[in-house]
Amino acid sequence: MSAPGPPEEPRNEASRRVLDIRGLAYAYPDGHQALYGVDLHVHRGERVALLGPNGAGKTTLVLHLNGILNAGAGSVSVSGLPVSKEHLQEIRRRVGVVFQDPDDQLFMPTVRDDVAFGPQNMGVRGAELERQVMEALDKVGMADFADRPPHHLSFGQRRRVAVATVLAMEPEVLVLDEPSSNLDPASRRELADILRGLDVTVLMVTHDLPYAFELCPRSVVLSGGVIVADGSTYDVLTDDVLMAEHRLELPFGFDPRAIGNPTAG
Amino acid sequence: MGAGHGHKLHFHGHSAVHRAPAHLKLATLLVFMLTVVATPREWFPAFGVHLGLVLAVIAVSRVPFGYIGRRMVIEVPFVVFALLMPFVATGPRVDVLGLSLSEDGLLAGWGLLAKGTLGVMASLTLAATTEPRDLLVGLERLRMPSQLVQIIGFMIRYLDVVTDEMRRMKVARESRGFSGNGPRAWAVYARAAGALFIRSYERGERVHLAMLSRGYDGTVRHGSDR
Repeated sequence: MSAPGPPEEPRNEASRRVLDIRGLAYAYPDGHQALYGVDLHVHRGERVALLGPNGAGKTTLVLHLNGILNAGAGSVSVSGLPVSKEHLQEIRRRVGVVFQDPDDQLFMPTVRDDVAFGPQNMGVRGAELERQVMEALDKVGMADFADRPPHHLSFGQRRRVAVATVLAMEPEVLVLDEPSSNLDPASRRELADILRGLDVTVLMVTHDLPYAFELCPRSVVLSGGVIVADGSTYDVLTDDVLMAEHRLELPFGFDPRAIGNPTAG
Repeated sequence: MGAGHGHKLHFHGHSAVHRAPAHLKLATLLVFMLTVVATPREWFPAFGVHLGLVLAVIAVSRVPFGYIGRRMVIEVPFVVFALLMPFVATGPRVDVLGLSLSEDGLLAGWGLLAKGTLGVMASLTLAATTEPRDLLVGLERLRMPSQLVQIIGFMIRYLDVVTDEMRRMKVARESRGFSGNGPRAWAVYARAAGALFIRSYERGERVHLAMLSRGYDGTVRHGSDR
């Protein structure tokens, strides 16, 4: 998907960037500094995993992507539009964030209402709204559950509906916070199939390294508030020194070398 | 209650009462309640008419009387209070079955019992025949301030989540040998309630973040009037 391709002109290169983060630094109001100058570009159509130990600043970074937090220094822009107060609505349409706990995301009485919530805030009404809602539910295989209350669904189904609530806004980049957490293996695989089938740029924050390896050709490691590695997922996961230095560990029995480097062809 | 249908008070059906628009039902309930409360308690036949009305609506809705009856247990504390009134009130006394009771107390107890029972019965009928979501739409139609409708909506949505959390905390307590008896357990319950409050508060903040991320601007539309 993200083949580097022939060298392009700088202007063209910039226009392919869905996410463009430059020198992003942020300290919480209590003085705790979480980010110390993050540089990251994500290109259209890429699926990128954002890896890092607990407390590395991953969630803080995610909250900058749609303007919930405002950069202390540096800048974030989405398809050329800077994340700032005056463009907030458009930024939030372009960047769809799926949070870790689907109960936080799904709060309306029915699945249909919940998926409609985002597009409604963007001013979509009537037949067009209905189309976007059903299309989004279709993409995650939950169209038959449109009239159910979210709390009657299984955890895996709720996670899929949470993805649909964001897809309905037709975002340019889908940001997932720990998408595989608390899922049983079957739900985990179903979600992977859905994500692979989507025609959208994905940034996936995760501790689940096999999941990152399965879904994302490229990985970025955030540690101590800076990006410490950026490369193919295979290269990152097989760099033992880097992995040990940043508290990343492969689960027992999982060895990327045994599976092979998918990008090497 | 078939799968996919509402809450514990709802009784699935397709009667005329079920199909009536929620805002109509809400307005009817409100007018009915005001009438019941305004009826002087000495007008005994009037209460018979009120009761007849409620029973007629329940009959039309085809919700079994036993279904409503069992849920009326919620009224018990008020019943106890109403039954106590003839004993504790002052004024002229009358002898009933060898007990000396206050006349005023008897009347007050009757009034409380009759009005309370009618109110609970009518409300349960509304709850049994209306999905929570339709209630929200109804309230919106009746021009209830949107913030209040949103708060009620959140309550319905998160009641199960918070109850679940409470149950998990209870299981975790008991798994470590806690048995909730006697005043010494009260301190534990107080802390558990505090913890539950903090967790719910934090969840509220996370929900708000998730709403902002989808472009929330202060309005939520529940109905089909989108």
